[in-house]
Amino acid sequence: MTDTAVPTSAAGNPIGFGRMLRKEDVRFVRGQGHYIDDVNLPGMLHAAILRSPHAHARIISIDTSAAEAHPKVHAVITGAVLETLGLAWMPTMSYDTQAVLATDKVRFHGQEVAFVIADDRYAARDALELIDVDYEVLDPVMDAKRALDADAPVIRDDKEGQTDNHIFDWEAGDAADTDAAFASADVIVKQEMLYPRSHPAPMETCGTVADMNPLSGKLTLYSNTQAPHAHRTVYAMVAGLPEHLIQVICPDIGGGFGNKVPIYPGYVCSIVGSIVTKRPVKWVEDRSENLMSTGFARDYHMKGEIAATKDGKILALKVDVLADHGAFNATAQPTKYPAGFFHIFTGSYDYGAAHCKVSGVYTNKAPGGVAYACSFRVTEAVYLVERIVDCLADELGMDPAELRMKNLLRPEQFPYTTPTGWEYDSGDYPRALQLAMDIAGYDDLRKEQAEKRERGELMGIGISFFTEGVGAGPRKHMDILGLGMADGCDLRIHPTGKAQIRLSVQSQGQGHETTFAQIVAHELGIPPEDIQVINGDTDNTPVGLGTYGSRSTPVSGAAAAVVSQRVREKAKIIAATALECSVDDLEWELGRWQVKGDPEQGKTIQELALLAHSNLELPDGVEGHLDAQAVYNPPNLTYPFGAYICVVDVDPGTGHVQVRRFIAVDDCGPRINPMIVEGQVHGGLVDGIGMALMEVIAFDKDGTNLGGSYMDYLLPTPMEVPSFELGETVTPSPHHPLGVKGVGESATVGSPAAVVNAVVDALKPYNIRHADMPLTPAQVWMTMQGKTLRTDLAFED
Amino acid sequence: MSHDHHNMVSVSVTVNGEARTEECEARMLLVHFIREKLGLTGTHWGCDTSNCGVCVVSVDGQPVKSCTMLAAMADGAELTTVEGLETADGLHPIQQGFMECHGLQCGFCTPGMMIAAKSLLEQNPNPTEHEIRDGLSGQLCRCTGYHNIVKAVQFAAEKMSASQEGASS
Repeated sequence: MTDTAVPTSAAGNPIGFGRMLRKEDVRFVRGQGHYIDDVNLPGMLHAAILRSPHAHARIISIDTSAAEAHPKVHAVITGAVLETLGLAWMPTMSYDTQAVLATDKVRFHGQEVAFVIADDRYAARDALELIDVDYEVLDPVMDAKRALDADAPVIRDDKEGQTDNHIFDWEAGDAADTDAAFASADVIVKQEMLYPRSHPAPMETCGTVADMNPLSGKLTLYSNTQAPHAHRTVYAMVAGLPEHLIQVICPDIGGGFGNKVPIYPGYVCSIVGSIVTKRPVKWVEDRSENLMSTGFARDYHMKGEIAATKDGKILALKVDVLADHGAFNATAQPTKYPAGFFHIFTGSYDYGAAHCKVSGVYTNKAPGGVAYACSFRVTEAVYLVERIVDCLADELGMDPAELRMKNLLRPEQFPYTTPTGWEYDSGDYPRALQLAMDIAGYDDLRKEQAEKRERGELMGIGISFFTEGVGAGPRKHMDILGLGMADGCDLRIHPTGKAQIRLSVQSQGQGHETTFAQIVAHELGIPPEDIQVINGDTDNTPVGLGTYGSRSTPVSGAAAAVVSQRVREKAKIIAATALECSVDDLEWELGRWQVKGDPEQGKTIQELALLAHSNLELPDGVEGHLDAQAVYNPPNLTYPFGAYICVVDVDPGTGHVQVRRFIAVDDCGPRINPMIVEGQVHGGLVDGIGMALMEVIAFDKDGTNLGGSYMDYLLPTPMEVPSFELGETVTPSPHHPLGVKGVGESATVGSPAAVVNAVVDALKPYNIRHADMPLTPAQVWMTMQGKTLRTDLAFED
Repeated sequence: MSHDHHNMVSVSVTVNGEARTEECEARMLLVHFIREKLGLTGTHWGCDTSNCGVCVVSVDGQPVKSCTMLAAMADGAELTTVEGLETADGLHPIQQGFMECHGLQCGFCTPGMMIAAKSLLEQNPNPTEHEIRDGLSGQLCRCTGYHNIVKAVQFAAEKMSASQEGASS
């Protein structure tokens, strides 16, 4: 796949896999990207949202008269207005309901209350201040651990029969087997840990321009969504709009990371606003709105227990999770799995029994939970297992690398079915860990650490080994709101041999215009510069569920390979006809069908494209042209994996953590464009460092969101992170047509545990076994004083 | 509270070498002026609080977060935005560096990042990695992890110093 020499096109690009500069950069470096806020339509109006200042309050009255009287205001929409249209509430991706605009109560700080449409964005903001809302403030539920208390206020009293804040209980694995394994264990280690609420915080916020044509009834919705086709269908279901008259157009998207999967109230209000005003309506949220109201990530309170023999053979793992879903259960994941893929928490190790139980609860916080490159909560799962394995190493007095090496699955065990039912497709785990240790110089680092400890310096080395499950997913197991997670692909070969490929998935910076051209090039031998990749327009692309969960390459990439192979097979018939031979006499040489044993006799794909459109007489039943369609239903997920090692230095005086080195060995199968893969790994590593050290959405006692700006929600700058040391092993997926696995989220999933393990390792002289993220200087310093903090609440319980 | 902010001002700037005069509200931020009045949408907006740097433009040769400056304050100034980086000779070495080194993914932070990098190299033509990171510490990127942005700036620094040497020899 990548081991054979790849030919180069006239433009210097690989005709297939290999490093290739990105096509999309030609516009991006010139400032010619076209993002949602760059969409400007004639007559367009601008909207702004009034949001709740309270976490939990009853709405007594809303007076919009002064706002409506503002000379530049065209309409003010409230929940009462939406109620008359049956749109005050919308369904979520988890079969719950969510208020579009609050009618009865507000349920989180920042919730949408009113929508103002004005001539320009400044006037819309002015008018927000003219709206008078009278609230009766209620006690909020801010601590997930108190949500199920008997005296906890009931947040969702809008739901019939809902008498508490409980959402769901879900379990996986075998509890009895697990208990039996625990009963036979020499050593049991328990550790409670929080994966705090964080936020994807893409540099571009969410937004839309809704344009309802009052004559044709056609809705054109410009939207920076990661899932344009899914959105189209949901709008049809929610608003009762005919689906054939809804066109979702995605411009360039300034990062997504899961934040741009859900449907937000602002989108629905913009559609209503365009219907009401008969003008296009633009709504683009500001940074505070993005951080306070749109899809957060994580917020998992986990109690883990691991059982092992005294010589370090892991026997079983169990975990009890309290999942804080906020005020509306709006997580987006396959229907069958309310905790996403959390039950992949057994990780990369060989043991017989495991069990998890997850309970979801409502709190007075923003909805969301599945976001921030989490691969449907594999992030939380990997953090749990990699943290608790380190706790076990500490208990046993074993080196954490040695403990992992002893328990990692062995290559001959694949395909491997885990105790909770996942079938890992392929892997060579010890090789990846060994490579990471070799790059790091692991033994020398341990020696250096010992010397530094003698001098009272705090240096830590943290390891994380992860197995991801990406590419959702097989239709029989995976759907979102009943929509199976398959993806379509159309390929058209023009008479001159140039191609257009149409995708259902949606780039948010992943470089699809380049990567998918390389896939077609790999299969057909057409130079990638001759292939245009089209995405982001539901009228002009086939249906599919979009880009998140690292699913583009595993699912849509497979569809691109399959559709290319269909074109190749059709080209073979045309070649046989033109060469007056049997198809059985032909062999494929990249870009060309030729006669076996007589390679001079052949036709290139470009020649065949022209022949396909020519007057060449084709065999009976063979249509002309060289186009094809495919829908790919993945037989299984793909399971990329990797070994990460983080080296930190901790300042004993301040608790400040500096990440000195980060070594990342990733195995995502063959790499279509290694440059793009490495770039995605770099980005994910910084996400992980950010979550481990800086990022958290915390709340005060009154329910005020304390992470509502980039001054409060801290992202790593270039100063907080090092340059990275990457390594690679290649274990192809046996079931993917290209052998490739997804990689977009691997580093985000794998890296936080390595950082935390490194910091805890640095703090060994203080007899520390655990401290919750983010490991801010305050958290580290307090931990050194023996009082680790709860990082999700800014108040003492 | 007064909601009458409609006093208009006339703002004249030279943007990417072109003289422009536009009317706007006195309270209009420079970033909105550039995007909406000058029609140059390569400059983005990202945070309101001067933290992210996607709105950085050059004002009289200095990198400025244009969300934190009123358009009226830029009256008479010379502005350079991302659209002004390319010349008749081709892409600026910084633009080349970002392409060659894969210093961008979604492209949203890139215009501000490149203007900040250009300013950095004007002040320090041969920066160390630490100096590059320090110089760009007012810029956020969620995609690249900064690794290849550092490489892109190093690429540009080498290219610019090579052309300097070529010019002086």
